[in-house]
Amino acid sequence: MGTLWERLVLEAPEFFNSYNLLFLAEAAARTLGMTAIGCSIGFVAGLALAVLRGSRAATLAPARWLAVLYVETFRRIPFLVILFVVLYAIQPLFPDASLTAIATVAICLLSTAYLSEIVRAGLESVPRQQLEAAEVLNFGPARALFQVVLPQSWRVILPPAVAFAVMFIKDTALASHMGVVELTFAGKIFVERGFSPVLGFGAILVLYFALSWPLSRLGAYLEKRLAPARHP
Amino acid sequence: MPQLDIRDLHAHYGREPVLQGVSLSAERGEVVGLIGPSGSGKSTLLRALVGLTQPSAGEVLVDDRRIDYRDRASQRWLRERLAIVFQQYNLFQNMTVLRNVTIAPLEIQKRSKAEVEALATTLLDKVGMGHKRDAYPDELSGGQQQRVAIARALALRPEILLLDEVTSALDPERVNEVLDTIRALTREGITMLIVSHEMAFVREVSTRVVMMDHGRVVETGPPAQIFDTPREDRTRQFVSRILRH
Amino acid sequence: MNYDFDYADVLQQLPYLLGGALVSLQIAFVAFFAGALLGLGGALGRVHGPRPLQRAIGAYVTFFTNTPALVQVFFLYYALPDAGVLLSPLTCVLIGFVLNSAAYLTEILRAGVVSVRRAELEAAATLNMSRLQIVRHVILPHVTRMIYAPLSNFFIILVLGSSMAALFGVEELTGRAINVSTTNLRTIETFSVVAVIYILITFVASLSLALLGRWAFRVHARIF
Repeated sequence: MGTLWERLVLEAPEFFNSYNLLFLAEAAARTLGMTAIGCSIGFVAGLALAVLRGSRAATLAPARWLAVLYVETFRRIPFLVILFVVLYAIQPLFPDASLTAIATVAICLLSTAYLSEIVRAGLESVPRQQLEAAEVLNFGPARALFQVVLPQSWRVILPPAVAFAVMFIKDTALASHMGVVELTFAGKIFVERGFSPVLGFGAILVLYFALSWPLSRLGAYLEKRLAPARHP
Repeated sequence: MPQLDIRDLHAHYGREPVLQGVSLSAERGEVVGLIGPSGSGKSTLLRALVGLTQPSAGEVLVDDRRIDYRDRASQRWLRERLAIVFQQYNLFQNMTVLRNVTIAPLEIQKRSKAEVEALATTLLDKVGMGHKRDAYPDELSGGQQQRVAIARALALRPEILLLDEVTSALDPERVNEVLDTIRALTREGITMLIVSHEMAFVREVSTRVVMMDHGRVVETGPPAQIFDTPREDRTRQFVSRILRH
Repeated sequence: MNYDFDYADVLQQLPYLLGGALVSLQIAFVAFFAGALLGLGGALGRVHGPRPLQRAIGAYVTFFTNTPALVQVFFLYYALPDAGVLLSPLTCVLIGFVLNSAAYLTEILRAGVVSVRRAELEAAATLNMSRLQIVRHVILPHVTRMIYAPLSNFFIILVLGSSMAALFGVEELTGRAINVSTTNLRTIETFSVVAVIYILITFVASLSLALLGRWAFRVHARIF
């Protein structure tokens, strides 16, 4: 172990030069960006699916079945496999699409499935009578959703949604296999350039931790804070 | 011409018939008390009137206009004239007392902010909740929430008010504060349909009492007739059992 | 855009792919049971151990649940040879997966360990029960109700997560899919077939776990 330590001390000044630090910062930003965009779009699409699944109109029954099929399917396929399918489906159609964009599409597909389940649990936690009260006051469906149901669902939606985002920060590591220059890919580059894997991947682990841990804490805090109260 | 005219109304829960041809009318300013055993269809009748339960047959006329419960515009028109207060109050938990009262008049009826807020203040004072206008529902007792719910219904300026067992979910010592509020309203000439198990109260405020059983109207008459000299055996049975308690 | 889907080549390789699915399940089983063993120790230490041990386990869990399993395995995969330890890719992947799942399982099992204490208090109130009866009728039902559903979910997550092993050359389902697609050049067809296999095995796993829970522990878990 003595030699490993000596090697780390020797390499450290070169590793932590300003060029490498900037490169790491960009990679971290890409990891965070893919997660943020994927989860935001996934939330909106997931909300749409959840509302669809909660609808009662008979004409929407086939759409409800498709929504269930989508959610159940995408929650049972490894993210890596989804990445492969999306990559090879998009590249022939859009040869100019960037790898980051393609990976983000794959993230959106998956996050829609997971977040729709989370949102659905939230919407279902609001008593039906709240909707009836809105209905007799002549609220339309959209107004009832955004002014009555959704504001009361946040306490059920937010903690697992944040936990999901934490999971996704880590899962985006798989996009490195496609060549997306995010954190994990940055680590591989350092190791290929001859830096010690302990230093290269060690730094990457620390950076992931720095992105993920505050969010985990936020999730745990929200879970405690939001549990009892229903009003903001 | 009656203000509210219900003709041979039928409704089902699944395949179970809950209203089996109810005919009932109310003149402007009348207070109609609906009594009957649990499951007799009183609450369903009120829910059907506001369109929360789709009637399967029959018709409802308000101000001589036939309501089409499958048509959104017709329902909107109806709900601007007909307000309902629920047993479980159903205040919006994410809004303050004041917002609960003002949201529909402001954002759906598009009335002016000044008028709505002045009316809300008046109404909240009238139901004795003026001091709690910035509180959230879960900070209030059941009786307080129910009084706010009544103010919310009145803020719509309805012509007809439906009260669905509004004191049944309350602690006994909270019942009177809500009954007092309703008693005061009956003197203002608003048409009311009251479903209640508070027989003394129904007798006191109603201009007419309707006895229901098994989804049908058994007997209709002035309070003195229904409670003292009922014509139907079923009414006599029900009233004597209730009044013995 | 005209693309002719051709599944013939892939379907020919179905037995090979299904063999890979078996390897995936094996990886998930090892990660689950070895991780559960470590996790049980971790959970007991986290709840009942001395302060420094509690802290150490807490730090372990926090670190492993806040960094990607992929990078953890990369770290082992490249750093161990540097330190003079030479292991096969599969062994390396398994060690990484077990260390990772041990962290998550410590958290899941901790909820169970904590609930034992409450169950014991309840049992103390009900008299005339032997120690064994208490375990059988009070503690076990209490604990299984607490942890069965999260454990089942986590097993499914491990089956899906085992696909990561492909990136280290392990020939499980995804690894074999990569092999097949590089020879037949039918990537979309190959991976869509593999996706269906994953859906089927996780569905069968969910179903069996739900039925097992119902039959053995009277836990009514949602299948969907």
